[in-house]
Amino acid sequence: MRHIISILLENESGALSRVAGLFSARGYNIESLTVAVTEEPSLSRLTLVTRGSDEIIEQITKQLNKLVDVVKLIDLTEGEHIERELMLVKVRAVNGMREEVKRLTDIFRGKIIDVTESTYTIEMTGAGDKLDAFLKTLTGSTILETVRSGVSGISRGEKGLLL
Amino acid sequence: MELTGAEIVVRYLQDESVEFLFGYPGGAVLHIYDALYKQDKVKHILVRHEQAATHAADGYARSTGKPGVVLVTSGPGATNAVTGIATAYMDSIPMVVITGQVPTALIGNDAFQEVDAVGITRPCVKHNFLVKDVKDIAQTLRKAFYIATTGRPGPVVVDIPKDITAAKCAYQYPETVTMRSYNPTVKGHTGQIRRAVEMMLDAKRPMIYTGGGVILGNGSESLVQLTRTLGYPITNTLMGLGAYPATDRQFLGMLGMHGTYEANMAMHHADTLIAIGARFDDRVTGNVKKFCPDARIIHIDIDPSSISKNVKVDIPIVGSVDAVLKEMLRLIKDGDGKPDAGALKQWWAQIEEWRALNCLKYDTTAEVIKPQYVLEKLYEITNGNAFVTSDVGQHQMWSAQYYKFDLPRRWINSGGLGTMGFGLPAAMGVQLAHPDAQVACVTGEGSIQMCIQELATCKQYKLPIKVITLNNRYLGMVRQWQEFFYDRRYSNSYMDSLPDFVKLVEAYGHVGIQVTKPGDVEGALREAFGQKDRLVFIDFITDQKENVYPMIPAGAGLNEMILV
Repeated sequence: MRHIISILLENESGALSRVAGLFSARGYNIESLTVAVTEEPSLSRLTLVTRGSDEIIEQITKQLNKLVDVVKLIDLTEGEHIERELMLVKVRAVNGMREEVKRLTDIFRGKIIDVTESTYTIEMTGAGDKLDAFLKTLTGSTILETVRSGVSGISRGEKGLLL
Repeated sequence: MELTGAEIVVRYLQDESVEFLFGYPGGAVLHIYDALYKQDKVKHILVRHEQAATHAADGYARSTGKPGVVLVTSGPGATNAVTGIATAYMDSIPMVVITGQVPTALIGNDAFQEVDAVGITRPCVKHNFLVKDVKDIAQTLRKAFYIATTGRPGPVVVDIPKDITAAKCAYQYPETVTMRSYNPTVKGHTGQIRRAVEMMLDAKRPMIYTGGGVILGNGSESLVQLTRTLGYPITNTLMGLGAYPATDRQFLGMLGMHGTYEANMAMHHADTLIAIGARFDDRVTGNVKKFCPDARIIHIDIDPSSISKNVKVDIPIVGSVDAVLKEMLRLIKDGDGKPDAGALKQWWAQIEEWRALNCLKYDTTAEVIKPQYVLEKLYEITNGNAFVTSDVGQHQMWSAQYYKFDLPRRWINSGGLGTMGFGLPAAMGVQLAHPDAQVACVTGEGSIQMCIQELATCKQYKLPIKVITLNNRYLGMVRQWQEFFYDRRYSNSYMDSLPDFVKLVEAYGHVGIQVTKPGDVEGALREAFGQKDRLVFIDFITDQKENVYPMIPAGAGLNEMILV
């Protein structure tokens, strides 16, 4: 099962490597990881996506909670939540492909944020599967670069990761 | 008045009532050593290798319950300490290790004796800190001691760059420490405890299985009360020996890979397992698929991540062992539930049958010294009252099997990490903490050579440790596995070119005795323990091919023991 674990972390040097080190030391995998400071400057919020059986996810959350730098965490996939990922794609856009790529970008509600004679750079946000689908539709054109932020997430409604 | 960072470190240790600081000087900690020189409250113990500093602090901590404190320099000082830090981490021993670091401006420059101590120790500490401002030293050390000694204890490293120990600021002992991200649970969940008591009283074939957590959490008295109140059989893990008196009839001996027949069989056939401060280690469970097939399991532990990690349990209780056991005792006393006397009688009859097998018997007519015999005599001559440290291997298992520990904190060994070289330095920490006690280090000719330089430290501080070496000219446990599982191909397990231990220890200024005949074992031990102010090293030349039995081979269940 895929899980999105969101963590409030002390905003201190080394805190991130404690989290990453825990995953490698115990043989858990990380599919994606994003981290940035929150509105409260002493805290960072880290979101990571991992896979595992219920037992493994239980161990992961327990081991994370044991880290002294982890203030609080939530498994977003346990409840209703929204997930988003930001992607930037640079594609070769020449001749007939210029119009085609623009049209596809519009359909997926992306934005072209940089244009040259031969390239477009497209910005797109959404859940991971939407970004995957967009990349699939681009198979007709040449993708030069893809940058994805990894998943960010938040729970719906009153529930949340609050101190 | 302003103090230097170095003076703050030393003042803090004084204010924390640290008796002994185990360490070794070097460039990055020279300011701290200078501050130590100017006082006499904190006694510095100069070891001969940083690994020994951590093991000595560890022995001190295990035998007293107080945190062990270590000071080493940057670079190789820190890396040498890592083995001892990892040893303490695996056995949850409270320890604070201060490592020197190169000056802040040089960090990351591959400076002389620079190593990323925080990075290297991260996977084997409970937590660690790099101090970047002299104003943070006192508060950081306060946090370090707090984290090391509360919850599930463990080692904490504080890395202090040299310039920070030279900078100045005002000092005040931080009376309080609060950390929003660290609040260990102490009191167990009342509802869970109630359910657990119901399940315990409902048992037909109960078994109590306890580990190092009972000792670390000072829960021994409550454990004894609860076990006697219930009348249930009890087993201890290697780390838990001494938590329940080994001479008591309800005690079935140690369990696990080299546990007794009766303990392992009772585990396997139990219908209710009460696990207390134990972590279902692979050396205890054998094959987890075959582990306690019929048992409902209650598990009390202060660390939630220990619960249902290897074996899924039915009633988890997170909390301090002692607090939970006391609450259980209260519920049993106030309630009307009683253990099922009829079922219990049958269960004990079965257990006595297993016990009658006498699985620890060995050949007592041999003309060579049997290692088990040495341990039995050691037990007799010390009246079961000694602190016994050990190294790792066969001698460790024989000590656990044949020395009957009636009190907690008397059996000091590296259970989790299995660190050879632990025994002698650990004994130094124990002897310093208990100057009048009998301290024996049971070791082998392999293990002792991993920290033998500490004989010099023992001389310097006049530590009258008795070193009991079971010398079989083999890395015995390796040899045993090669005999069983590698068709007797004894690859590199023979110890050739051994030193003359008697001459060696005499060169260090101690007393050395070699014993080759069974008839001389008792006399040599009496002579050694008679020398109250000298370290005596006895080199027992033992049977080369003796094995540790019972043994559970890898992949087998607890009921599938090799007996002899």
